[in-house]
Amino acid sequence: MYALLVILIAQILGEFVARAVGLPLPGPVLGMIFVLGLLVAVPQLRETIRAVAQTLLSHLSLLFVPAGAGVVGHLATLGDSTLAILLAIVVSAVLAIAAGALTFAGVARLTGSSDD
Amino acid sequence: MTDFAEIWSYLSEGPLLWLTATVAACSVGDLIFRATGRNPLANPVLIAVCILAVVLKVTGTPYATYFQGAQFVHFLLGPATVALALPLFDNLHHLRRALLPVLAALIVGSVVATGSALLIASWMGVDELLLISLAPKSATAPVAIGISQELGGSPTLTAVLVILTGITGAVVATPLLNLLGLKDWRARGFSVGLASHGIGTARALQVNPTAGAFAGLGMAVNAVATAILGPLILRLFL
Repeated sequence: MYALLVILIAQILGEFVARAVGLPLPGPVLGMIFVLGLLVAVPQLRETIRAVAQTLLSHLSLLFVPAGAGVVGHLATLGDSTLAILLAIVVSAVLAIAAGALTFAGVARLTGSSDD
Repeated sequence: MTDFAEIWSYLSEGPLLWLTATVAACSVGDLIFRATGRNPLANPVLIAVCILAVVLKVTGTPYATYFQGAQFVHFLLGPATVALALPLFDNLHHLRRALLPVLAALIVGSVVATGSALLIASWMGVDELLLISLAPKSATAPVAIGISQELGGSPTLTAVLVILTGITGAVVATPLLNLLGLKDWRARGFSVGLASHGIGTARALQVNPTAGAFAGLGMAVNAVATAILGPLILRLFL
């Protein structure tokens, strides 16, 4: 119960700060940063939130399904551009993942920041 | 005895039926995913979305009615995003030593994600409204929708393109990164979260905890990078 309270309060604070300061970050992402800061300050809290956090995260992919089901109904609005948009999305996803991962691995090797 | 049609109309108007349908579609998606030996092409989100799309179409159910039930699942996205703090904290020792790779990959990945999509779309003659709505597609949905609105795009279209991008990233990431021979879980996770936000992060968490933590980080920092770089890159195409 405490875990859920910590998470929900962090989310509310995130929503509040994002709106009050006008940051280009959604409330939950700010809330994530707040909880990370809290865990660094009070490492004992890790065990308090572990079970609830892991339950939520193990279902993360299913949480996108309601929004995804809404997408299908809107695909028709892409009209004549459907093919162009799908091509842009697939190719740019492939290029961005490849470029990002290769850059990360390359710079890690150059700076001696190995993965161990 | 009450008519079956009456019971159906009672159930189909309330949240219980559509909440159950959502969880059932996800269970089928998960079963198929496991049955294929966790093949990334059998993405459970994609399967569940397709099943629900067919069910809504066949039963003639408006999305608004469906969402009354599905909203309980949808709502948990916020708390689950906050919960990503846990894998990030568990991987803090990795994070401290990865500052330069993270910064470099963020700038390159963010520019390529937005730039290549706009290049292809504008080359194929896509109109201005769609180009604007496409620009922030790699950012997490609430940020992407905010950017799109600010630049004069369509928030609905952006929401659609964000979800398509997420599913695409989740499906292509594993085979693509294996093809490139990349074994660094930090690099793999970070680029997937950066390019395909929460859906990519969910996929990374299925594969490896360090990849999941770096995917969450990639999603968070690319939300900021897209808000800054997205409008600048878009200007080159309008």
